[in-house]
Amino acid sequence: MNPRYRPLAATTLIFVIAYGLCILQYPGMWSTRILGNFLTDNAFLGIAAVGATFVIISGGIDLSIGAVIGLAGVVVAVLVSHLGLHPIAAFGIVLTMSALFGAAMGAVIHFLQVPPFIVTLAGMFLARGLASILSQDSIPISHPFYKTIMDLYYRLPGGGRLSAIGLLMLLVFLIGGLIAHRTRFGSYVYALGGNPTSAALMGVPTGPVTIGIYALSSLLGGLAGIVYSLYTSAGYPLAAVGIELDSIAAVVIGGTLLTGGYGFVFGTLIGVMLQGLVQTYIVFDGTLSSWWTKIAIGVLLFLFILLQQLVFSAHKAGTRLKKAAA
Amino acid sequence: MPTDFRPADPGSVGNRPPETSGADANVVLVAKGIVKTFGNHTALNNVDLALHAGEVHALLGENGAGKSTLIKIITGAYTPDHGEISVDGVQVQFTTPQQAQSAGIGTVYQEVNLLPNMTVIDNLFIGRQPRRYGLVDRKKMAREAHRILSQYGLDIDVHAELSTFSVAVQQIIAIARAVELSGKVLILDEPTASLDRTEVEKLFEIVRRLKARGLAIVFITHFLDQVFELSDRITVLRNGRLVGSETIGDLDRTSLVRMMLGKDLAFVHAEMAADDTEPSSPLMHFRDFGRSGSVNPFDLTIHRGEVIGVAGLLGSGRTEMARLMFGIDTADQGALDIDGQKICLRAPQDAVSQGFGFCPEDRKVDGIFGDLSVRENIIIAMQAKLGWLQALNRDEQMEIAEHFIEALDIRTASDDLPVKLLSGGNQQKVILARWLATDPRFLILDEPTRGIDVGAHAEIVRMISRLREDGLALIVISSELDEIVSYSSRVVVMRDRSLVAELRGAEINPSSIVRAIAAQDAEAAE
Repeated sequence: MNPRYRPLAATTLIFVIAYGLCILQYPGMWSTRILGNFLTDNAFLGIAAVGATFVIISGGIDLSIGAVIGLAGVVVAVLVSHLGLHPIAAFGIVLTMSALFGAAMGAVIHFLQVPPFIVTLAGMFLARGLASILSQDSIPISHPFYKTIMDLYYRLPGGGRLSAIGLLMLLVFLIGGLIAHRTRFGSYVYALGGNPTSAALMGVPTGPVTIGIYALSSLLGGLAGIVYSLYTSAGYPLAAVGIELDSIAAVVIGGTLLTGGYGFVFGTLIGVMLQGLVQTYIVFDGTLSSWWTKIAIGVLLFLFILLQQLVFSAHKAGTRLKKAAA
Repeated sequence: MPTDFRPADPGSVGNRPPETSGADANVVLVAKGIVKTFGNHTALNNVDLALHAGEVHALLGENGAGKSTLIKIITGAYTPDHGEISVDGVQVQFTTPQQAQSAGIGTVYQEVNLLPNMTVIDNLFIGRQPRRYGLVDRKKMAREAHRILSQYGLDIDVHAELSTFSVAVQQIIAIARAVELSGKVLILDEPTASLDRTEVEKLFEIVRRLKARGLAIVFITHFLDQVFELSDRITVLRNGRLVGSETIGDLDRTSLVRMMLGKDLAFVHAEMAADDTEPSSPLMHFRDFGRSGSVNPFDLTIHRGEVIGVAGLLGSGRTEMARLMFGIDTADQGALDIDGQKICLRAPQDAVSQGFGFCPEDRKVDGIFGDLSVRENIIIAMQAKLGWLQALNRDEQMEIAEHFIEALDIRTASDDLPVKLLSGGNQQKVILARWLATDPRFLILDEPTRGIDVGAHAEIVRMISRLREDGLALIVISSELDEIVSYSSRVVVMRDRSLVAELRGAEINPSSIVRAIAAQDAEAAE
């Protein structure tokens, strides 16, 4: 097997085994109902993680995702509940705003040559602060449109429900995968993560691509914020604190190399699902503290970084052997 | 100096050369009167270059001669201060590498500038992937990739990641990409530096085929054998000036080396320093010391109170030898005896604890800590030798720094000044002071006088002689033959990563060094 697929295969294998073990202990976890809830409960995380996948493949990092989710939720709530806008109009405004916010961060990163870590850290404080200025409290959204959307679902065989937001997440993953692997923009993202100097010499428009990557990440952050507001029927400035780190964890567990250049959008889906699995297990167990989720994710993350190191050093040694043999 | 500068034949301007006419001397690219300065340093001074279709044109010169500046101007990475460039008789002005690329000028850099994490297909097509329904057409790219690479005799899995292939294959892929994109001028910047002999053969075969297709090829290398094997025309630069441009038939190796080093054999060389002093007791012995892929095994005994000059062209293995001696690269064969004891150098630390010191070639990158003060720069090696538990207090630091600033006459306003603000010569002295503070018995100086002004130059040379009188053993690598002759008690010559000659006594003069570098004697014997 191509060594680049190994981390992805390992994640998938671990997910299957872990799910198998869970079912052995709690046969009730084997149902489309659980699967449907997986998707619904993690929809906003999954959507945000798709953006993070692009950023990390390009060799960058986006710490502002959680704050953008919070800001987007609050702005939607203010527009809908206070100003009486129709949610669809509010969604349009929020998505545009988010994309511009990300584009601005990308522009700073590219033109001023500031490390993404710093720029997006500043972006995080900015977005979180703005959200808190708009409102200190949770703003409930009780528009009928929200109810309609949340009542929409596709009934899966076995009684499970594939909700609209769960479906949206799957759609985002699908489109994300298509962009990553089948468009010029996608190949530019990998090129940037591989070697930005070479990429520039080879004619990759590094400026527009960098701006595009962060715009995409924030756009998906905004979308995740909208989904979160649908999920909770409210906008809350302190929503999704730390989600940027959960999504980075999902990306890395999904087999994407934190230093850039390698990775798969599909792997991130598995990474998100693994986190959801741990949470569901804890709910089923009933006695464990929910903080065990964090511990499990920490252990998984550590294992995967170790695995990637092993795979990549073995890969390099293999290349050297091949050259020596030739 | 004769310059072969043929203006474009008006009749052929703008025409592509006929496909297979290797001998046809159509001028494809002309650079005329190129001047480029950086600050007050003139990198290129009125340099001309003419590239002919169907010719391999070797561009030669030592480090700092201006080769890479000239290449960067031709490829649009720099814009010249003066002078003009024309392609096919039409004057052009490139401001980005992309413009040069689309005007037909492709470059393959020494460190293959491709994307190791992506597939061969991506590397061939990125930036111009064919699309179908808005998505990239991978099937078409795979077909095209196979077609392109088969022209180079390469039948590989184009879906595999580039990093799984050898450097030689990556090099060919880079060439294929450059030719596909550009197709008039191909610039190869030290393409053979990391290839073995059979890979070089294969590369040359490809270059000859491209030449037959009518490309003008610029070939930059440090290997003289390869220059004579492959090129039709040679241009030599030195210190930013054009020394000459000749067809290969008009040159022999010795005159080429002379052009590169700027030495006239009639030149009355500086008086020799060390024909009288008999070297005292041997200090260390490198026996069959070498590292595969870096320096071939060499044998060298070093005595106390002796200066060994190391001569050789750039890329001959001089610097690699120094790195090996200081434990930066570890030797994979041979042994080192110091005072009859077998010593193993696994890291520079081992060398330092044996009383070695090393002033590297690129002082700005490998030598100074630019933002640290003069004092901290002087103290640092000593502190490293002491270990981090035995910190020197500030007074001790000041005292040591003061002592060396005075002893070496380092011109600095204060010992707290960041060392990057000092002139090149004074920076070099700071690095020297750093090692002298550790009380060394063996110093390796790699190009200690490069890029420093004439006055400081003389001081450094004097200092080398003084250290030798103090009983230190020194190895000094330099491209300045006069300089080497003036202080060396022995001269070793490096060529093609091997120590090929050892000159002593009356043999130490520029002309015999040049002959040893050019291997003229060996050539004549064949």
